Formats: sequence, structure tokens, C-alpha cells
Amino acid sequence: MDTSNNQAAAQKEISFQNGGRVYLSLGLKVNKLSGIYIHIPFCKRACHYCDFHFSTNSSQMEAMVSAICKELELRKDFLGSDQIIKTVYFGGGTPSLVPTDLLKKIMEQISAYYETDLEEVTLEANPDDLSDKNLEQWKALGIDRLSIGIQTFDENVLRFYNRAHTGEESLLAIQRAKAAGFGKLSIDLIYGFPAMDHGIFLADLDIALEQDPGHISSYCLTVEPKTVLGNWEMKGKFQSATEDFAAEQFEILMDRLEGAGYIQYEISNFGKPGNFALHNTNYWKSVPYLGIGPSAHSYDGKNRGANIANNARYIKGMENGLSPYNVETLAGADRVNEYILTSLRTIWGLDIDRVSALSGVDFVAGKVKLLEKLYSEKLVLLKDNYLFLTRKGKFLADSIAASLFIE
Amino acid sequence: MNMQRIRNFCIIAHIDHGKSTLADRLLQFTNTVSDREMQDQLLDNMDLERERGITIKSHAIQMKYNYKGEEYVLNLIDTPGHVDFSYEVSRSIAACEGALLIVDASQGIEAQTISNLYLAIGHDLEIIPVLNKIDLPGADPDVVADEVIDLIGCKREDIILASGKEGIGIEDILNAVVERIPAPKGDPEAPLQAMIFDSVFNSFRGVEVIFRIFNGTINKGDRIKFVNTGREYEADEIGILGINQIPQQTMSAGNVGYLISGIKVAKEVKVGDTITHVKNPCAAAIKGFENVKPMVFAGIYPVDTTEFEELRASMEKLQLNDASLVWEPETSAALGFGFRCGFLGMLHMEIIQERLEREFDMTVITTVPSVQFRAIMTNDEVKLINAPSDMPDPTRFKHIEEPFVKATIITAAEYVGPVIQLCMEKRGQIKNQIYLTSDRVELTFHMPLAEIVFDFFDKLKTISRGYASLDYELMGFQQSHMVRLDVMLNGEVVDALSAIVHRDKAYEWGKRLCEKLKELVPRQMFEIAIQAAIGTKIIARETVKALRKNVLAKCYGGDISRKRKLLEKQKKGKKRMRQVGNVEVPQEAFMAVLKLD
Repeated sequence: MDTSNNQAAAQKEISFQNGGRVYLSLGLKVNKLSGIYIHIPFCKRACHYCDFHFSTNSSQMEAMVSAICKELELRKDFLGSDQIIKTVYFGGGTPSLVPTDLLKKIMEQISAYYETDLEEVTLEANPDDLSDKNLEQWKALGIDRLSIGIQTFDENVLRFYNRAHTGEESLLAIQRAKAAGFGKLSIDLIYGFPAMDHGIFLADLDIALEQDPGHISSYCLTVEPKTVLGNWEMKGKFQSATEDFAAEQFEILMDRLEGAGYIQYEISNFGKPGNFALHNTNYWKSVPYLGIGPSAHSYDGKNRGANIANNARYIKGMENGLSPYNVETLAGADRVNEYILTSLRTIWGLDIDRVSALSGVDFVAGKVKLLEKLYSEKLVLLKDNYLFLTRKGKFLADSIAASLFIE
Repeated sequence: MNMQRIRNFCIIAHIDHGKSTLADRLLQFTNTVSDREMQDQLLDNMDLERERGITIKSHAIQMKYNYKGEEYVLNLIDTPGHVDFSYEVSRSIAACEGALLIVDASQGIEAQTISNLYLAIGHDLEIIPVLNKIDLPGADPDVVADEVIDLIGCKREDIILASGKEGIGIEDILNAVVERIPAPKGDPEAPLQAMIFDSVFNSFRGVEVIFRIFNGTINKGDRIKFVNTGREYEADEIGILGINQIPQQTMSAGNVGYLISGIKVAKEVKVGDTITHVKNPCAAAIKGFENVKPMVFAGIYPVDTTEFEELRASMEKLQLNDASLVWEPETSAALGFGFRCGFLGMLHMEIIQERLEREFDMTVITTVPSVQFRAIMTNDEVKLINAPSDMPDPTRFKHIEEPFVKATIITAAEYVGPVIQLCMEKRGQIKNQIYLTSDRVELTFHMPLAEIVFDFFDKLKTISRGYASLDYELMGFQQSHMVRLDVMLNGEVVDALSAIVHRDKAYEWGKRLCEKLKELVPRQMFEIAIQAAIGTKIIARETVKALRKNVLAKCYGGDISRKRKLLEKQKKGKKRMRQVGNVEVPQEAFMAVLKLD
């Protein structure tokens, strides 16, 4: 796993040339670098599409933050003693609901138990929480990146999603965040909702681009089983978009954002140079991370752990000094396949030598016919022994990754 | 047992005309089986048979019936009711002196019934006509009775009215069996001459041979010989067939029973063979013995290629109790290792497939069924073609011959037009048309067997609203312009989808097959061209468009393993598909040919 650590170390020294071809300078650093994810499982209300773990009852906020602090202490050795934490990510749920004094506790706990050299601290925030006061305090805590859940600027669609804010509020929130000095701003947009025609989505993109955020994440609406939408779909009250409709909006998304100078460094993530999300990028490069809070996942390079997705039991477990998470040790093939799956989605591509080294067999030799077919169908590109998805290939990333999986 | 008190009889009936139910009533009435033991349609002891309501393998059962103070032994010999098993029917008939002709009072006589009836009359059996299901609202006993009288020349009062379901007429039937059917003739002192008319496989005791003694006497422990196979055995156990087997020390002429002699493989026991003693053998074998030949051939492959050996073991076990199933290993580029199997007919093929799935838990792919063609080679050699891959290069043969049958169809007069049209579409030529009654017509065609083995019977049933019945017998071979039609997926031939078809039908066949495959082959990462070709000439084409979008939106820390597992699971599901070049083909596609319409 040495190469991966080196790559992790080199993570910052990414530069772009020739339409996105990436050169990695493999600097040799002794310490291992990783990130911490903190899951905040509370929301004001349930968005109709969301299947992340959250509760709309935030009376347990304080107890939860105490439990999170306890877990940070209990699992201080999970990543190994030689780890330096470079990124912290508050996700959820709605982390912007957490009172700043409690956020502060968490940040202090991280400093107390971990060696840190923070380069990115992200907070997921809903537009309705972006008050000047909050913004100022977050900044003071060292939070330097906001990921704002805009989703759409269209009032009808926002209501359909059951969002707690209006499009107008979203705009103002972005502007306030900028004014407060948050240079690293990301906004989330959803496409592929059948009632949202291409015109509405184009308008969303135009409004977003006018605000000139450094980063945009845009996701195709996925109807998950245990959500309001999933329930509606089962009862026939709602129908997912057709494959063609979703594909057309994905095309619109890529065209518009590339035209505006954004680089699609991952299927759903677009950033201006220097604005790529460090924390998230590490997920796709198999860099270890520690996940804290109910339902959070961790990865130490070999094992993936999943915390219990139940607030009460999580808190109780932490009160008893037990860390309630399941560990799954990844088999060699699992690790290779996870790397194939994630790396192909990125602009850095799949390092064929690395896959061959990890799996112990010549990756290309075993897949020659398939690779040739993928290449002749213009789904993949091969450059300097890295495999990349073409624009056409991005539409079929899952099919391609699965076809390349090893046994 | 005094031969004068024995009656051996069988039942001739069309499928669904109530044979099994009526047989159950006879068993109950004679107390052969108590009500408690009674399972519906007791004689059909395989689940599959019960479900299909047809008898696949014939069995025999002995009843004791008290008639006017005398006890009689009535041996009921059950017969299969499907054209696939007509040879077995002929042997069962040969073991009897009489037959119950059971006709559904609402439906009248069907083709299969007539052909079996002729067989019975040909063997000088006494026919007892029974109109069954007279309780049904649609029953029309008078009209059907006229039909029966026309057919066998009996008197109206000879016809027994019955209902197996309601238990009507059961005693009349039993009395008629005693009164009308002659006692068996034969000489208990003569050299042993017994005919095998069935065999049953028992996994503990080996093959149980079911026989009828014509002459002589067999004792437990005798050294015996099967005349046609030439094999010798010891009669370890002999006995009569009640609801259970009842061992006997000795059995003589006129009796029906079972024999156990340590035979492990059904193949050694040929229905129609003669049992005699090693010492003092009979002068001649019983006439009518035939080696049963398969009529329909198809490949059987395991869906999961790793299950080949398991499939082989299952086929071997099946063959233990189904001697008519023949097979040899075969390899397909698309399907891997499997077996080329010979079946008596399409029903037999379906039964084998179902038994493999039910009794052995195998999931199999069955390829395009084919009949046996003959290529007359340029050097006048005759080459047998059991599979499309056997078809020689057109430059190397003079012509191809295919088996033809004489097909007899009985239908209501109003369906004559559609039936003739269907037969013509199937390359049949009408040879005869007889009005059995003012409303029922018997049509005779000469047709290629290859056309009958596909969906002919289903189609016939459909166009006649279920009222046409079919019987056929092989006539011989005739020259036909047959071609091999190949199917290609993205340019690669899928051998398992090739078929031998008549040139005039190749275009239609190719077009329909391509259309069907288009429905069955899922969209994949790239476009798939489905082509049908004769030699190098493409005659039909369809396209399966490429998938447009398959990419999950979010892939962060918590999603990665979940997503990998999801994709791995999908991929595993696809393993049930077969890879042809770069194309994944679901197993249903290989059966597509059977469902062309």
C-alpha cells in the first residue's frame, strides 16, 4: 500500500495540463495523511428523496455531541498513531443545525486527540442556517469550506422536495457566505426530476453560475426505497425519470459547467482549479478516513467500519464506553474493485499498474478483449497506463466499472 | 389362480377424459385401496404426472372382485396417453384381453383414442365402451354414443354410462369386465413365455420388471433369460401388484406381475422383450418387440457451467428409470459442456427437463429441438444429422432428407378450414378427409416431423379451441431443401441458436427469431447487432441499442462498499447469462426459438 500513501501525500501537488491529464509528483513523506468525517444526524425536516441517517428530533443534540466527542477519544488510534489529519468534514443530516459552541467542542476534541495539519474543514449547510452570525462563528472555528444544499432555485421543485428554504433564500445565503469570506464554496444541485424540465435545470445552472461558486456538486435524483419518494413510487404516485431524460440533463450539466470553466474531476463533482474537495477526493483514492457519529463509515486501508445507524443506541453505546460499529475486512479483490469503482469516476483515472500490483495479476492481459471493445466503442481512453472514462463512458460508469471488476 | 377367473384389461382414453379418476373408483369399489389410502389419481405416482393429469409411465394393479359368489382377479394395466409413448401403449395393449374405451360424454372421440382403439382391435381385445362424465352439464351421451357405435359397431346397450367423479356406473364396468372380457388363454405347462410391458426403477431394489405371462410358469429363484437382450438373471423375487407388491413363490400363464432380479439400469430392460427360462426356453419371442428410437433431439446444458458433472450424474440417474432417454456429451461454444439428448417426442423432452429441475434441482438450458435428418453425401454415403452442427457443407452432399409422418387430426367440422391452413403452413399435404359424424371430421396429412415437434400441437389446440386431437406415425424420409440457419450476435455465431429449417421458411424464421431475441437480450454497454444468416448471407437483422445511462450519483465514504456489493451482485446475476463474444445472453434467449410467434 506504499504507493497509495505516496499518492495521498502527493494529493496536493495536482496540476492540470492538456485537457485534464494529471501528473502526480510522488513526493516521499513519512507521515500518513487522512481525514475525519463527522456525521450530524439531525434535520429540521425530511427531504423527500433523502435516505441518509437523520432524525428530525434534535432534543438529543447535546447528548449526541458528547457521544461524538467520546467516540473521537475512543477511536483515536483507529487510523494509527502516525496519522496526520488533513481534512475534517461535517456531513449529515444538517451540520449547520449544530450550535456553534457544540461544534467548537468537536473541533477541540479533534485537536486534543489527533495530530492535525488541517487544510480543509468542510461544513454541510442548508441555506436557511447561513446567518451572518453563524458564518462568522464557523469561520472562527476554522471551518473554511461550506457545502450548501441548494438543490434547485425553483420554488415548486423545492416544495416538492420538502426543502426548508426558498430559492430566494438560497441566493442570499450564497452571497452572505461569500461576503463572510468563505472562498471555498460548494453548492449542491439535483437534476433528473421528471417534472423539472430541461429549461428549469438550465435556469438553475445559470443562476448558480452567476454566483460563481468555486465548486458545484450535482446529483441525479435517485429514488431510494426508504424515502417518501420511494414510497410514492411504490404506490404509483411518482415515477422516476427515464434513462433518456436523466442522460439528457447529465449532458446539459457537463456542457454548461465545462463551458463555464469547471473541471469535472468526479462524475458528480465540478470544481474550478484549486477548488476540488480534498476530503471527498481522498475517498476516491482509497485514503484512510475515520467516520464519527451514527451511521458514519470508516476505512483504515483494509477494513471498512460502519457505525450503528440509530441515535439513541449510538449515544448509549458511547456512554458505556463502547464503540458500536461493524467492521468488514475487505478481501484483496474487494479493495481492488473498490479502487476500480471509485478511480474510474475521477479525472485521475485508474492506475493500471496499481491494480495489477494489488491483484497480483496483469490487469490488461486478463481483460484485453473487453478493454479493446470499450476502447473501440469510445467508452474509455488509455494514457500512460492509466484508464479514463470518455464523456460517453461517464454515462455508463457503473456498467464499465462492474465489467472490469476482478474475481 | 385359476386362469378362468383372471381378467386382464387396459383403459383407452384421451387425455382429460377421466381415465385416472375412473381407475381410482374401480380401486375403491373393489377395496383394493381404502379411502384413507386414496390419493387422487393413485396410479400416477409421480408428482409430475399428477399435475399434468396424464400418465407417463404405465403401471399395473391387481383388484379382487366378487362376482356372483366367485372371486375374480382383475388386472388393470394402465397406459400412457400421449403420442410420444405410443410404443409403450402398444405393449400394454398386447398384455390384455380387453379394454375399456373411455370417452368423455361431452367431447367425443379424439384422434389419439382412435389410434389406440385400432391397436386394441388389432390385438383382438374385447372393447367395453364407457361414456364418462355423464354428470357434466355439457354431456351429450346420445351423440357421442352414435359416434362410438359408428366406430366400433357395438350395440347401444353395450355402452356403459359412467361418471368417475360421481361414482356412477362403476359396478356396471366391473361386471362387464368379468362378463365380456375373455379369460386369458395359455398353457401353464409350456416353456415360459412372459412379455415385459413396463419397468419401474426403485432406488433400493433396482429395476422392477412388469410382465404378463402368456405360457408356462415362473418360480422364485428360477434362472431366466430376456430373449431380445440375451441377458440372464435370477428371479430373486416375483409377485403380484396390489396397492403394494405381494411376493409369490410361483406364477403361471395368464397372470400379471413384477420381477426383481438385481437389474440396476433401466436400459437393460426393453419393453416388449420376452422372459423365458435359461433351461427349456420358449421356441420364439413374443411378436411386436421394437427398439424404441428417439424422434426429437436437443441439447441440454447446465445454466451454471460449473454444474456439468452434476448434470451428468442427474442424467444418469434419470436414465436408470427412463430407458427411452438417450444422450451423449456435446460441446457448444456458447453454452459450454452439455449433452445432446434424444427424446421420444416434445412432451418427453419437457418431462425430462422438468424432472431434472424438480427431482435433481438442476437449472438447464434446452436448445432448439431438431429431428433426425439425413444427408445423402456426394459419395452416396448417408450421414445422420441430429444437430445443426452435424450439417455438412452444402458442397459435400447431394441432398437432405427429412422424416415425414402421417398425421391424423380429428376436429369439429367448423375448424376444418383453419386446421387445413395450419397444416399447409407446416408444409403438410392433405391426403384424406372423413366425416365421422355430421360434426366431426378426421383429416389425414403427410407432414414433416420437424414441423410437428415444434409448437404444432399448441397451435392446433388454439385454432380449434382445444377440440382438435392429433395422432401421427412415422412414414419414412423424403427429400427436402433444408438449410442451416445461424444467429449471430455482433458478428459471432451463437451455435446454440442455430437450427435446421426448410429454405422456404428460413426468412420468416430468421426474422421472428431476431425479433424475439431483441426482446430478450437486455441493453448493454454497446449496441448489439442480432443477425440471422444462411451461410454467409444475412437474411434478417435487429439491433439492441446501447444503454444510455448507468451511473450512480453519489459515491462517498459510506457508499463505496455498498455500491461495490451492489455492482458485484448485479454482475453475479449476470453470470447466469452466457457470454457470446462481448454480449451477455440470458438463458431465456436460448429457448426463444420454442416460443416464436
